[in-house]
Amino acid sequence: MRRGRLGDRLLHGYTWLVIAWLSSPIAVMILFGFNDTPSKSNTSWHGFTLKWYAQLFAIPDLTDALWNSVLIALVSTAITVVIGTMLGLALGRHRFRGQGTTNFLVFAAISTPELVMGASLLSLFVSANLPRDRITITIAHVLFSLSFVTVTVRARVVTLDPSLEEAAKDLGAGPWATFRQVTLPSILPGVLAGAMLAFALSIDDYVVTSFVNGSTLTFPLWIVGSVKTGIPPQVNVMGTLIFGIGVLIAIANAVAARRRAHT
Amino acid sequence: MAERGLTDSAIELQDVVKEYVSHGEVVQAVKGVTLAVGEGEFFSLLGPSGCGKTTTMRMIAGFEEPSKGVVRLRGEDVTNVPPNKRDVNMVFQSYALFPHMSVWDNVAFGLKQRRTPQEEIRRRVGEMLEIVDLTGREKRRPRELSGGQQQRVALARALVNRPRALLLDEPLGALDLKLRQAMQLELKRIQREVGITFVYVTHDQNEALTMSDRIAVMKDGLVEQLAGPREIYESPATTFVAGFIGTSNLMAGTATAGVLRIGEGRVLVPQHDGEVSVTVRPEKIILSVDEPDGDLSVVPGTVAEVVYLGTYNSYTVSLADGAEITVFQQNAHDSTITAERGDSVWLSWQAQHSYVMGS
Repeated sequence: MRRGRLGDRLLHGYTWLVIAWLSSPIAVMILFGFNDTPSKSNTSWHGFTLKWYAQLFAIPDLTDALWNSVLIALVSTAITVVIGTMLGLALGRHRFRGQGTTNFLVFAAISTPELVMGASLLSLFVSANLPRDRITITIAHVLFSLSFVTVTVRARVVTLDPSLEEAAKDLGAGPWATFRQVTLPSILPGVLAGAMLAFALSIDDYVVTSFVNGSTLTFPLWIVGSVKTGIPPQVNVMGTLIFGIGVLIAIANAVAARRRAHT
Repeated sequence: MAERGLTDSAIELQDVVKEYVSHGEVVQAVKGVTLAVGEGEFFSLLGPSGCGKTTTMRMIAGFEEPSKGVVRLRGEDVTNVPPNKRDVNMVFQSYALFPHMSVWDNVAFGLKQRRTPQEEIRRRVGEMLEIVDLTGREKRRPRELSGGQQQRVALARALVNRPRALLLDEPLGALDLKLRQAMQLELKRIQREVGITFVYVTHDQNEALTMSDRIAVMKDGLVEQLAGPREIYESPATTFVAGFIGTSNLMAGTATAGVLRIGEGRVLVPQHDGEVSVTVRPEKIILSVDEPDGDLSVVPGTVAEVVYLGTYNSYTVSLADGAEITVFQQNAHDSTITAERGDSVWLSWQAQHSYVMGS
């Protein structure tokens, strides 16, 4: 009995240690957004302030980079979700010529090292004579997040009873009505999970983006670029806000999932 | 131009064939089915799994396109009409209720697709829920209902559209025995009440016999026999039908002058000579200790097994040629167990109860 209790305590302690270890970078990021630092360097604590929240958009380059990131993440997520959902549906529901190849490509896109993908995309864009800007970044982001959306949607589709769609058709619904009223609501959790994944992958991507950005700067690229001169506290504030929004979405999703399960 | 059918049948299949290509080989799931289902009829497609009954039904619903042949609904050729434009509805084996919709929205789905006025939707859905006894559960989600209730939602969802025919694909398969028997009677009642043609796919012969006006017994993609329940049971057209419907006893041998000899026994097979096989229903056979008199088929045997089954006893009797015959004997007030394992007994039955297949 005693030993069991000791084991329990050790396990508890260990669990909290791991949680603290995992969340300490986030805690530091949030904390140093409130640091009243006098210099450009934001590495030692100088007291509490809210002025960086007030001066959030005081660095025009940084603000531009953040908006670039948000815009690219939104657009690439929208495109990825549409294509990925169609791919996931096709792979999960139908048998067709080229299915094996498609499955392989989906897997290959996940397992390709980002450096390789970035370098080959760059040579593709150069040889296609495409100017590198927000459009090429968006194309690249769609490419590397597409597989993740496809896989999440496909996983949902294969658990779906195929007679649901047949029932809708049997009751007079055409192909589009069937998709909108029956198929989409049934796979929506998978589509939403895929969308969140795509957004998260896009907004903090550095490696692939650094190859195809041309002169456009995104939020992660701007931060890496300012490492030598010192990262301003605004970056911490923006990071905190992005993190906060992510947490809110995750909570909303969990609540919605629980409501779906209970009603 | 749509060719008019020969009759005013609700459903007509004419030489319908369904072929699949599987691993480079052409497989025929349905090999040429011709049948007509009458208006308001309770029609069953009965057969073992893989006999093509479900494929046949799916061709009526429009989910499968026939490789050859014609499907007609009320005389109109619908062979190439997609399911959403056919005036038939289906109850799926898995029910296929929309999990994200309430009972009400599930039932109203078909009417909404047809842009029925709101007021009419409200009235008809309400009426239908009353018929299937689900009033008060409109707001529930399918998963909050019991299996029997889900089944009735599926039924209501199809019937509310007043289809020309309702197709049911083993709809009672997922229910337990008691509920299944209750639902059989319930289905029959609802069918009488709404007066819609039912086509019922099942592998359960009792279900088919209980509910159907007519039954098509299928095997290997072909209809073996199409007749009423009594005819199918009493005079099966083939040995397969005899074996598939109810328990059948098969005796085979060479007959001479209308008599098949088995050991010391004789089975009357009038007008047959040469190779014959004879089947007899277990409840038609009389079991006795002494050799019975009269113009009967009489065969001796040894009791191999006695099973007490409440309302009746089931005896398994081994014959001289090794065949095993099942005999049911009612547990009426005056009957006791007349034989036990190992006893020598006589089996007898009237010639009219022999079903003979000759060469």
